[in-house]
Amino acid sequence: MTNLEKFREETKNWLDKNCPPSMRNGADPDIPVDEVWGGRNAEYKNPESKIWLDRMGGKGWTMPTVPKEYGGGGLTKEEVKVLNEELFHIGAKQPLLSFGIWMLAPVLLEYGTEEQKKEHLPKILKGEIRWCQGYSEPGSGSDLASLSTKAEDIGDKFLVNGQKVWTSYADKADWIFALVRTGAKEPKHDGISFLLIDMETKGVSTKPITLISGKSPFCETFFDNVEVPKKNLIGKLNAGWTIAKKLLQHERAFISNFGLAGAVAGAGSGRDVVSIAKKHLGEENGKIKNSFYRTEIASHKIKEHAFGLTLKRAGDEGGKASATASMFKLYGTEHNKKRHELMVGASGVDGVAWDGDEFDQNDKNLTRAWLRTKGNSIEGGTSEVQLNVISKRVLNLPSQ
Amino acid sequence: MKLVLTEEEQFLKDTAKNFAEERCPISHFRSLRDSNDPKLWDKDIWKEMTALGWPGILIPEEYGGSNFGITGISVILEECAKTLTPSPLFATGVLGAFSITNFGNDDQKQNYLPKISSGDLTTALAIDESSHHNPADTEMVAKKDGKKFVLNGKKTFVIDGASADLLIVLARTSGNKGESSGLTLFLIDSNNTGIERIKLDMADSRNYANINFNNVEVSAKNILGDEETGGETVENILDIGRIAIASEMLGNAEAAFETTLDYLKQRKQFGVLIGSFQALQHRAAEMFCELELTKSSVMAAMKAADEGSNELQRLSSLSKTMAGETLHLVSNEAVQMHGGIGVTDEYDIGFFLKRARVAEQIFGSSKFHTERYANISGF
Repeated sequence: MTNLEKFREETKNWLDKNCPPSMRNGADPDIPVDEVWGGRNAEYKNPESKIWLDRMGGKGWTMPTVPKEYGGGGLTKEEVKVLNEELFHIGAKQPLLSFGIWMLAPVLLEYGTEEQKKEHLPKILKGEIRWCQGYSEPGSGSDLASLSTKAEDIGDKFLVNGQKVWTSYADKADWIFALVRTGAKEPKHDGISFLLIDMETKGVSTKPITLISGKSPFCETFFDNVEVPKKNLIGKLNAGWTIAKKLLQHERAFISNFGLAGAVAGAGSGRDVVSIAKKHLGEENGKIKNSFYRTEIASHKIKEHAFGLTLKRAGDEGGKASATASMFKLYGTEHNKKRHELMVGASGVDGVAWDGDEFDQNDKNLTRAWLRTKGNSIEGGTSEVQLNVISKRVLNLPSQ
Repeated sequence: MKLVLTEEEQFLKDTAKNFAEERCPISHFRSLRDSNDPKLWDKDIWKEMTALGWPGILIPEEYGGSNFGITGISVILEECAKTLTPSPLFATGVLGAFSITNFGNDDQKQNYLPKISSGDLTTALAIDESSHHNPADTEMVAKKDGKKFVLNGKKTFVIDGASADLLIVLARTSGNKGESSGLTLFLIDSNNTGIERIKLDMADSRNYANINFNNVEVSAKNILGDEETGGETVENILDIGRIAIASEMLGNAEAAFETTLDYLKQRKQFGVLIGSFQALQHRAAEMFCELELTKSSVMAAMKAADEGSNELQRLSSLSKTMAGETLHLVSNEAVQMHGGIGVTDEYDIGFFLKRARVAEQIFGSSKFHTERYANISGF
């Protein structure tokens, strides 16, 4: 038996013993499903969600490639592939959703000191600390580098004053990774630092923002004379912009998957543009009855197919991620918006239902989901910013 | 299915790129257009292509070919399209070679394939009968008379029809216009009595003809595949042709885009390079995305053809639609972004626009294939 075969055997046995029944294929549909984000104040409707998180986090398998000394699984790429196959095989639920894993951990691994890695990575991987991202400010959206939240050097600490906006789930997060100004305003990229701040520190407060969808996934975050230990600085002082850009790439790659993942998940849940059109507009010989909608949906489906193949090709080519991340972010989010517009349009009046018993819950959910997609092409860099990045970095077109 | 080229395929692509750039730059096409050669392709270039083995790429080794597959021939067409290289490679090396290799009987293979491999025989596929592609609308009658058939009718827009030695003709042996059953394919020598070829002058200055059939007698031995199954057979041939022409159109679009990008980096107005204007940058970036999607679609379709995937039909329509839409966009934007010189005959970019609109019609427009995609997908 090769080492890899041995690993598969052990993994299989371990999963068999440790993955709770409600966290895998064949789970009782009456048991509530948690969206597990972890953190100090995590609440679980199903206690097995917590057990599953603790066991996977304990093995470091929430981020299996991270070295063991930082709480990771210390697995090779080949072993991770085996692990994923075995998890897929039993239909295991993802134990943890985490901005810490998706965005901060890669940055810590690249730029953090030994001490910082040892302090933060294990807590991220175990889901003990929930992170949020402090980037945008009221005056700094697309022009992120113009940010003005100030971190003043007061000896052994920084004194932070300012405001962040669009911080996802800041009201539920334990810590925030933030971009702060530690140097001059000009040149604007050179005076920025990357700082970790405990949300329980005196002077930090949050306020949820209600979106046009009626939901509040984002907050405003305020810093009023917040004292932050200097050891929480990641990388060098005034060298935070490089880290920020790196992190944005991780974020863009993540958001661009919304479009396609949404379409795939949608097809299973009934929120699929074809089935919606057939239901609301009628069907004739298996075809959508209204030929105008049918044409538009067909064109959209063709683009969706081509986009899916492009993601696959990028993977097969070994992922030249940085050049294509902007394209995927742009296309994925614009495509997702278009898909929702088609679903809303094809649903007629039902597609703009807001509340009340006269409407089907699916239709009301669609209205909210449609409105939420409008943010996709703004957050993580607007579509226009992505077009700028492609023009300059990929096509090498001149700056003015 | 991996969406990357194999080493062999990449080698063919690189060879074709060098060949096109060195042996037939766009000036080669221009001189053919301005010459009186009714073929509109060059015999010597065709000989050189033959020496490289290109006409035999879809033909088995026992008939003098190399059997390198649809992906192999498609990437060659893509590279040749970047310099608008005219040649019989599409009509003969793809349509003729594929048809006879896959549907010919032993005699037919023996008769024709070695001659195609050696560059001594060219072919043309005669399907359409009106201004729009639709094989089911075939009206041309093939009437059975003992062991032979008598053909009467007219074929339109036959690619390489003005010069091909052998015609592959779709005719109706039963049923009515609009039905895809009752069709049969015939292999017919273009010098047969009763065949009248009328060379067409098209916007892209390539070789096309309308062909009249007046009591053309064909032996039953010259049926390609089986009698009455031509509708199915021709769809298979057409799907391969659509993928190959989509790859060619991708090459057209890539070249027009590259040329335009270069222009944006050279041309100054208001004291600055026009490529620094955001109004042009964003449109260029959008074209880049469409080109990437088209590359993936064509790649998936080529690979599906080589792997015998049951997704072939859908991917064929996907690739022809994506290539058509993208080339349409890029050819229009290329002319616009070049400004005044873009609409002069002296400058090459207009050739891409003219080639684009003709190629968009070959074996079904984007509209035709969007509808077909929806039908296959079940909505």
